Amino acid sequence: MEYFLQQLINGLTLGAIYGLIAIGYTMVYGIIGMINFAHGDIYMIGAFMAIIWFLVTGLLGITWVPLAILVMLVLSMIFTATYGWTIERFAYKPLRGSQRLAALISAIGMSIFLENYVQLLQGARVKPLQPMVQGGIAVMERADGFVVNLSYLQIIIMALTLALMLGFSQLISRTELGRRQRACEQDQTMAALLGVDVDRTISITFVIGAALAAVAGVMVTLYYGVIDFYIGFLAGLKAFTAAVLGGIGSITGAMVGGLLIGLIEAYWSAYFSVEYKDVAAFSILVLVLIFRPYGILGKPEIEKV
Amino acid sequence: MRSETPGAFSDLDPRTILKEVGFAGLVALGLTFAMVGLRTVDSNTGDGAVLGIDTRFADVAWTVALVMVGRFLLILDRAGLPIPVILGGIAMAVVTQVIPMPGTVLPVFGLIGGGVLALKGVLTLVRHRSKLTAQERDEAMDRAGQRFQKLSRYLGPALAAFAIVMPFLPFADRQVIDIATLILTYVMLGWGLNIVVGLAGLLDLGYVAFYAIGAYSYALLAQTFGFSFWLCLPLAGILSAFGGLMLGFPVLRLRGDYLAIVTLGFGEMVRIILLNWYKVTGGPDGISGIPRPSFFGFADFARHAPPGSTTFHELFGLEYDTLYRVIFLYYLILALALLVNFVTMRVRRLPIGRAWEALREDDIACQSLGINRTNVKLAAFTTGAMFAGFAGSFFATRQGFISPESFTFIESAIILAIVVLGGMGSQLGVVFASIILIGMPEWFRDLEQYRMLAFGGGMVLIMIWRPRGLLAHRDPTVLLHGRGGPAESEIRAEQQAAEAAS
Repeated sequence: MEYFLQQLINGLTLGAIYGLIAIGYTMVYGIIGMINFAHGDIYMIGAFMAIIWFLVTGLLGITWVPLAILVMLVLSMIFTATYGWTIERFAYKPLRGSQRLAALISAIGMSIFLENYVQLLQGARVKPLQPMVQGGIAVMERADGFVVNLSYLQIIIMALTLALMLGFSQLISRTELGRRQRACEQDQTMAALLGVDVDRTISITFVIGAALAAVAGVMVTLYYGVIDFYIGFLAGLKAFTAAVLGGIGSITGAMVGGLLIGLIEAYWSAYFSVEYKDVAAFSILVLVLIFRPYGILGKPEIEKV
Repeated sequence: MRSETPGAFSDLDPRTILKEVGFAGLVALGLTFAMVGLRTVDSNTGDGAVLGIDTRFADVAWTVALVMVGRFLLILDRAGLPIPVILGGIAMAVVTQVIPMPGTVLPVFGLIGGGVLALKGVLTLVRHRSKLTAQERDEAMDRAGQRFQKLSRYLGPALAAFAIVMPFLPFADRQVIDIATLILTYVMLGWGLNIVVGLAGLLDLGYVAFYAIGAYSYALLAQTFGFSFWLCLPLAGILSAFGGLMLGFPVLRLRGDYLAIVTLGFGEMVRIILLNWYKVTGGPDGISGIPRPSFFGFADFARHAPPGSTTFHELFGLEYDTLYRVIFLYYLILALALLVNFVTMRVRRLPIGRAWEALREDDIACQSLGINRTNVKLAAFTTGAMFAGFAGSFFATRQGFISPESFTFIESAIILAIVVLGGMGSQLGVVFASIILIGMPEWFRDLEQYRMLAFGGGMVLIMIWRPRGLLAHRDPTVLLHGRGGPAESEIRAEQQAAEAAS
């Protein structure tokens, strides 16, 4: 029971991170119908930004942890968002309107490019980071001394994810920008006729997606303390699985999918085998696509001629 | 974002220029400030690796300056002033070579950027317009593709003939034959994947999984049961095809990009299993000491024959030379690749081949005509997987050692890039793309670290420039009046006349 609870906490933390990345996939898919394969690498860039700004805050002498995290978060979001915008502008915008596979292949090329770009600039070695936030709350203790631990970092991650999710769903449902996005999602031509700047809206979607991925990157850097240029590939794949699982195009779905994938991974590694945790995640993807291709919260897509 | 008025000078408003150039500079600053300007470095201070930070702000300043100049020249080009663009582009290329710059990448960046800008200026000067419409560009490329297709009737056999005599030409030393063998392996894989991606239009991102299944099948069968290469080759193909069937059956009803991700997941799954199933696959250590192929079971390539058999050089009364095996392997992969090509060309003319191409063009129309989508796709998928299996067992026997490291996603991406770069569906395109993507990096080994960077960037650029691939001209496989009917050019002329009339 105690062990189970601990895995629940771990799984939810992991799931929150996947969920934040998955939102980027689901938004882009919703609005332009392409899989942004490079999104995982945006998250990787976010993680690198986190480590760079962490070191800079250290040099600047900011030692109060909440401020340091805030600075790290904001700067990483801004700089990663620039990447999101640029990638959309150069790799995807020229391909809008051409066949789907072309955009996907361009995205794969971008992903390979980004990985090697970061490797060249920041080195191929694994980057370690000292834990910034330590300690936690002992939730429960078993007779044999096993302590269910909820670390402060896990609390921060979950709280931040929750806050971002709430803010984000407000943004989509209440603001002018959100309305534009939803309009573009439904019908770009019609939205353009009604005075929505479609190009701009799509750009902003990429910027928001990249900023959320940067948050995920910051969290992962703080949580695991080691990153390298290759983390984006697997994380991106799993986040995409999460987006599909939740129902691609649905933002709540992405979060739900992320949490589910996180939980599956945590429990699978805890009770079965750590080595095959990725296999478990992909098997879920295959199963979902076979039996419910539109995901848990999505709507079936009707193909019209 | 910008007003498309070619040739108009209204764009040359200083405020607009300042705004656009400033924005480009700001974006460049955002991209490079942290990633380029601040480098994390390991500084060992005794208590383990501690990260420190290194600054490279000169690089950042140069990049931003180059981007801003480039943007300014693009604005001039758009405004119909090609002469300053040409001069500026050349100046940029020259200046970046002359002035000492930090790092080795920036001069290259300046040279290429300046060159492209100057070229763009020249094109504007010639055409009196800054931009071709996408359609015009497509048509121009289609014409090039079509011309190439015509040429390929002669080029294909000529290349095959060259490949056959190649090992006996004076320049063919061991290294050349080795590289040629490697290129041919990718040609074969490219042709195999071309069936799936080019003909049937199914984007398979996990093709390397079947390659891996083939390689491990051969290695395990040969080591466990002592089967010979010639027995294992078909078995490996069958096992790979079976793998394709198993994956394909449930997932082939999925739409394009979902299928792509599932196949990608499958590729990773196979790799993870190979990595962790220690008892059978040897895990990360891989399998070593895989038997090399014999000369069709008659003779061995070793110096001394194992008991009960003879060696190749004894059989033919030659001096012993390790080169014989290399040449034999070269011919082996050449034969396998040509087999794939031959089968593909033939199958294309069968009903199933026609169904593949029809399916690629229009899914729903095919279904309406009573084609069983899943079965047709499955056939393409399985055939492609089988060829990958053949290539895999060749790879295993050539290397003598395999490990999961040879079967990463990057391999799938390279094979896919070969197919896409060559123009999906074009057989000769695959050959050229393999020579460019595999052969060139082999000759420029010292640029190793930039290889994948250029590779990824190249994939993006080619897609933007030509979304259907370089040589993607689709010849009709079926002609209304057969080969004896009116020539293609006549039909095309007629079509054009009809289009012009309507």
